[in-house]
Amino acid sequence: MTFNTFLRHLREGAKNVFRNGWMSVASIVSIIVSLFILGVFILLVLNVNALADKADKQVQIRAYLNLNVDQKLRETVQKEIAAMPEVSKIDFISKEQGLEDFRKSMGEEGKDLLDGFDKDNNPLPDAFKIEVYEPTTVPFVAKKIEALNTSHADEQPIMKVKYGKGTIETLFKVTRAVRNIGFIFVAGLALMSMFLISNTIRVTILARRREIGIMKLVGATNTFIRWPFFVEGTLIGLIGSLITVAILFVGYDRLAASVGSDISLQMSLLPVNELWQWGGLLLVLGVLIGMWGTTLSIRKFLKV
Amino acid sequence: MIEMQDVWKTYPNGTHALQGVSVKIDRNEFVYVVGPSGAGKSTFMKLIYREEVPTKGQISVNGFNIGKLKQRKIPYVRRNIGVIFQDFRLLPRLTAYENVAFAMEVIEAPKRQMKKRVMEVLDLVGLKAKANRQPAQLSGGEQQRIAIARAIVNNPSVIIADEPTGNLDPETSWGIMQLLDEINFRGTTIVMATHNKDIVNTMRKRVIAIEQGNIVRDQLRGEYGYDF
Repeated sequence: MTFNTFLRHLREGAKNVFRNGWMSVASIVSIIVSLFILGVFILLVLNVNALADKADKQVQIRAYLNLNVDQKLRETVQKEIAAMPEVSKIDFISKEQGLEDFRKSMGEEGKDLLDGFDKDNNPLPDAFKIEVYEPTTVPFVAKKIEALNTSHADEQPIMKVKYGKGTIETLFKVTRAVRNIGFIFVAGLALMSMFLISNTIRVTILARRREIGIMKLVGATNTFIRWPFFVEGTLIGLIGSLITVAILFVGYDRLAASVGSDISLQMSLLPVNELWQWGGLLLVLGVLIGMWGTTLSIRKFLKV
Repeated sequence: MIEMQDVWKTYPNGTHALQGVSVKIDRNEFVYVVGPSGAGKSTFMKLIYREEVPTKGQISVNGFNIGKLKQRKIPYVRRNIGVIFQDFRLLPRLTAYENVAFAMEVIEAPKRQMKKRVMEVLDLVGLKAKANRQPAQLSGGEQQRIAIARAIVNNPSVIIADEPTGNLDPETSWGIMQLLDEINFRGTTIVMATHNKDIVNTMRKRVIAIEQGNIVRDQLRGEYGYDF
């Protein structure tokens, strides 16, 4: 193909987008709708994942000791827990330190409430703060620590083992569900918009059958006939995905800003500048949908 | 140049359009194809420019076995065949110039050569002055001249004309015929299907008559031979 011919194809393809007016608009809108939903899902999954990651790191086990546990037993228990292969770190938190931490976490409001408590009437038990290598092992490790009461049946050193029971499991489930539903949804939508485009192009081809017939008559190769349509589909995909990415990023940026400034929510969305690659992916996808849609629709018409 | 050997064409609906046609048309001949409607004239023409494929038999055009041609070779064979129709088949949104240039764009001719050649053939068909008009702004005869210009712009060795004067009044038809005669004089083979008795009987050329899918008459300097 000569350079001039290539330019001609680009020009013709671009002209066709305008010439077909509302059909092009319909295709572009269908791409916007499906890519937009895809984009929302991607953003959702990314943020839930990030949230889950953060929560993972914060997962720790607290094992509270019975009040009758003496120092020797306490050290034995600590050693036994530290020896568990899943455990990465264990810290002892004395009841005094526990009270101090509690005070801090209550802030100004709780100051009065805890005023009456000091070294002598501290109601809190001693505790261990345990961290594990793998967040999924948390429930298992917790059980193992509880089981220490069985091996030290006489002393019963463990009063209670606590961890974010339920929260983590739910979070994992939600992440997985969002991801799966999202993929099914998105695959369906991508397929739908592809067919919409192929349909649009088919309608325009039907309208231009005569023109194609004349092109063939004067000896145009199929490749030559196909190119402008291909350019047209690609442009429709590109325009659709550019609009979508713009809407998504501006909208997300606003949302992230408003969420970030709202202290009561205690959370923040991933910053926009970490998401450019996903924007790029949407662009590529839009273009591919456009190309594929065209290819689907012309093939049939080029058989003589 | 064009040779058919025992060519049969049966359409999917069971119509036997051609039944064992054999014919030879030499370089630089001018041939009228005549016969009643539905006799197989159009099929005969379509087989030459490979719009249809024979059910049986062989057709060669310019040395190519048209029936066995590979799909992707078809365009290249067509570039050597100019086709003209009763309904002109111009692209309505292009100008006269663009309609003719289109045929050269398709074969990827260099731009500079294109301009020169298009103006040359527009001059030949007598429409150089109306190069920038769109088909709708031209008369029927002028549109057919543009179609002829498009057909000859790539210097084909054959022109297939399927009732080129069918939509034109007698006077305009004569103009078109003079133009085709001129093109034939310059060395292009012309095969023309027609119902125009006056033209055939006045411009005596070879006449091939087809009836019910068979060639029933083939005479040099022949007559139309029908009353319709």
